[in-house]
Amino acid sequence: MAEHPTPHEPDPHSEHPHPGAKAYLAIAVVLTVVTAVEVAVFYVPVLKPVLIPTLLVLSAFKFALVAMFYMHLKFDHRLFSWLFIVPMGLAALVILSLMKLFGVF
Amino acid sequence: MAVAPVADAAHAEPHATSTGLNNRKMLFWAFLGSECMFFGSLIATYLVYRGRDTVGPHPPEILNIPFTSVSAFVLLMSSLTMVLALAACQRGNQRGTAIWLGATALLGATFVGGQVIEFTEFFHHGLKLQTNLFGCTFFVLTGFHGTHVTVGVIWLLTLFVLALRGKLPKEKALDVEISGLYWHFVDVVWIAIFTLVYLIQ
Repeated sequence: MAEHPTPHEPDPHSEHPHPGAKAYLAIAVVLTVVTAVEVAVFYVPVLKPVLIPTLLVLSAFKFALVAMFYMHLKFDHRLFSWLFIVPMGLAALVILSLMKLFGVF
Repeated sequence: MAVAPVADAAHAEPHATSTGLNNRKMLFWAFLGSECMFFGSLIATYLVYRGRDTVGPHPPEILNIPFTSVSAFVLLMSSLTMVLALAACQRGNQRGTAIWLGATALLGATFVGGQVIEFTEFFHHGLKLQTNLFGCTFFVLTGFHGTHVTVGVIWLLTLFVLALRGKLPKEKALDVEISGLYWHFVDVVWIAIFTLVYLIQ
């Protein structure tokens, strides 16, 4: 196998310290509130026309919070984020393509 | 190929890698990427066949939103206890690690218990795997998720026992971190399922 001209040294700036218990607790409170809002939105008849976009945005927000802070993607090396985001985007594309093919929208 | 050793507090065993990143952690992220595709296909199948049933029961007649909301909350809180277990392990606090791992396993088991109750209730209302398209796609999707949670609970319990025996020191924090990644993944999958299956009917 060909030798690389320079060794891959660990980048000290690519990983940052993880947040502490207080930050984790604050995120849990936000997640709880957003979940409560999601359920409340489901039961409010006036919001029916905007129900789907609202719920999708709220769940995407929760997803991002967990991935960034609890899974530490915000603090870890970017390669880990790409390993997760690319297949997730591909999965979303598969879902939308199949829905289009089957005439869901 | 040129390599660099990887060794820090979270990565216990120093070993040479071509990227400078821990191979176990990288492999696990790649695995989670494949899991995204797996659940993506199950979610796609559910959404494609939704509303095409010729016989009931249909989702609005059978889904129990208050009950599932509590289950979703339980799983979200298990993510908090999981990350607290990792923080305790990284500080070298084995007692704290054991407590938070035990709490996470307990919350996970509660979620699975809730799913068992839900499935039993659906069965009594006449919804089985072969009843209609909803039954088939719903049970396959949520059943696979429940299986993942069950595997996670077993994994957490093994770590819990190790922590109780004092075999989970600071140097083994990566073991807890990787199990945490798996656990948070099943949590984010449930965030998607809860919205797409239960709330958007």
